[in-house]
Amino acid sequence: MELVYEWFRELYQTTGINLPFIYDSYDRGRLIDGFLTTVELSLICLFFSVVIGIIGAWLQGSSFTWTRRIVNGYIQLFRNTPPLVQLYFFYFAIGSMLPRVETEWGGQAPMLGSFAWAVISLSFFAGAFNVEIFRSGIEAVPKSTVEAAESLGFSRFQIYRDVTLPLAIRVVLPSLNNNLVNLVKTTTLAYAIAVPEMLYESAQIWSDNVNVPEMMIFLLIAYFVLVGILVWGMNRWERALKIPGFGS
Amino acid sequence: MSWSDKEPMISVRNVHKSFGDFEVLKGVSFDVMKGEVICIIGPSGSGKSTLIRCINALNDINEGSILVEGLEVNDPKLNKLELRKKVGMVFQQYNLFPHKTALENVMMAPIRVLKEDKKEVETRARALIKKVRLEGKENAYPGELSGGQQQRVAIARSLAMKPDVMLFDEVTAALDPETVGEVLVTIKELAEEGMTCILVTHEMGFAREVADQVYFTDQGLIVEHGPPATFFENAKDPRTRQFLSQIL
Repeated sequence: MELVYEWFRELYQTTGINLPFIYDSYDRGRLIDGFLTTVELSLICLFFSVVIGIIGAWLQGSSFTWTRRIVNGYIQLFRNTPPLVQLYFFYFAIGSMLPRVETEWGGQAPMLGSFAWAVISLSFFAGAFNVEIFRSGIEAVPKSTVEAAESLGFSRFQIYRDVTLPLAIRVVLPSLNNNLVNLVKTTTLAYAIAVPEMLYESAQIWSDNVNVPEMMIFLLIAYFVLVGILVWGMNRWERALKIPGFGS
Repeated sequence: MSWSDKEPMISVRNVHKSFGDFEVLKGVSFDVMKGEVICIIGPSGSGKSTLIRCINALNDINEGSILVEGLEVNDPKLNKLELRKKVGMVFQQYNLFPHKTALENVMMAPIRVLKEDKKEVETRARALIKKVRLEGKENAYPGELSGGQQQRVAIARSLAMKPDVMLFDEVTAALDPETVGEVLVTIKELAEEGMTCILVTHEMGFAREVADQVYFTDQGLIVEHGPPATFFENAKDPRTRQFLSQIL
């Protein structure tokens, strides 16, 4: 390992290409932290946004007008406003309205930190799109299949869980894939409320080392690989869910 | 509500049903005793399918009464699960669950809806699949089965709920001529075992063979009915005679 570090130090001295996040243990540490924070933030938001999508699409089929109106209002609100504004709104507007809690050193701290607000904000943002995505899949399930389940005595919830949703997921995987890719990329906005994710940590490194072009190239490659892994996983899932004689 | 099998198992009284301005059923009445096999024939659009869909509450009715073993279908407080435990239904388009194997299709409702033990249900389901002559196809997905095979799985799926009466809605209409026979054999065996059956069908030869009563519907009314021998030989109403002359 020392040899590798030495080589990159050498590279910097001879060519001016500075990659301190490889040879410098402090920079390396914060970039790894940033990377892990991005992965963590992405996974948590992916999970909650899909859950919001599934529950929202279920509520959209409710027989109560007001339930449907509230879900539609939520979708409009989050789809028609910029995610950065949403993030600021949650963090600065709602965050400041919440009571403050005492820290272990006797100081005052906000109830929810920036990471929690990023999770909430981004999950609701991507979730709004997921509701629409799942709805389109549910609409693609033939009414006659649902009727068959009804005639067997299935309740509305059982039909959704056992018939409509499993079939809808297979239909919507490509568009769900798209939205989740967007979500991973949108986690960079958390930079704006100082969540120490990959972009934030990279910015720290480039302000200390003045190696902006190198960090930019690194970020592009890193997100490319990260999203590539997600897409690969989603494609595998799509293949695993394939049913003989259905949808092809 | 108590019901004894001396009384009609299904009692349809003066049923009216409209879709928008179009009145599909204009006052239909008939009775079905336990163990009887009823065939409903008639031109397209005469309300045959609507009529049997009303019996298991897939369509609601505007006026009149349908009693299934004493259970009023036209009661807004009707417990649909109770009704659907008594009434099995098979559809023209089979409507199997495409993401479940033949065996799983048969097992799903007893496990989910009746909360029966999985092992017991599996034994019963395998026996039913054998009964409809599909041994060896337990693990095939609907997409891998022919229309006739799918329809027999659909019959087994319905029988797995141990219904008291089976509704067949033009179950051979979507099949190739050579596979119609295999489905009809299955239904005939059921009828011979004493299952109460209501069939909407265009298979006149079959109606003649298995029915205890044949009903002819036209423009939302029952025009004529009788045992198959008299019905097919000596139809009285000119509309019936015209229909039979076209179809036989």
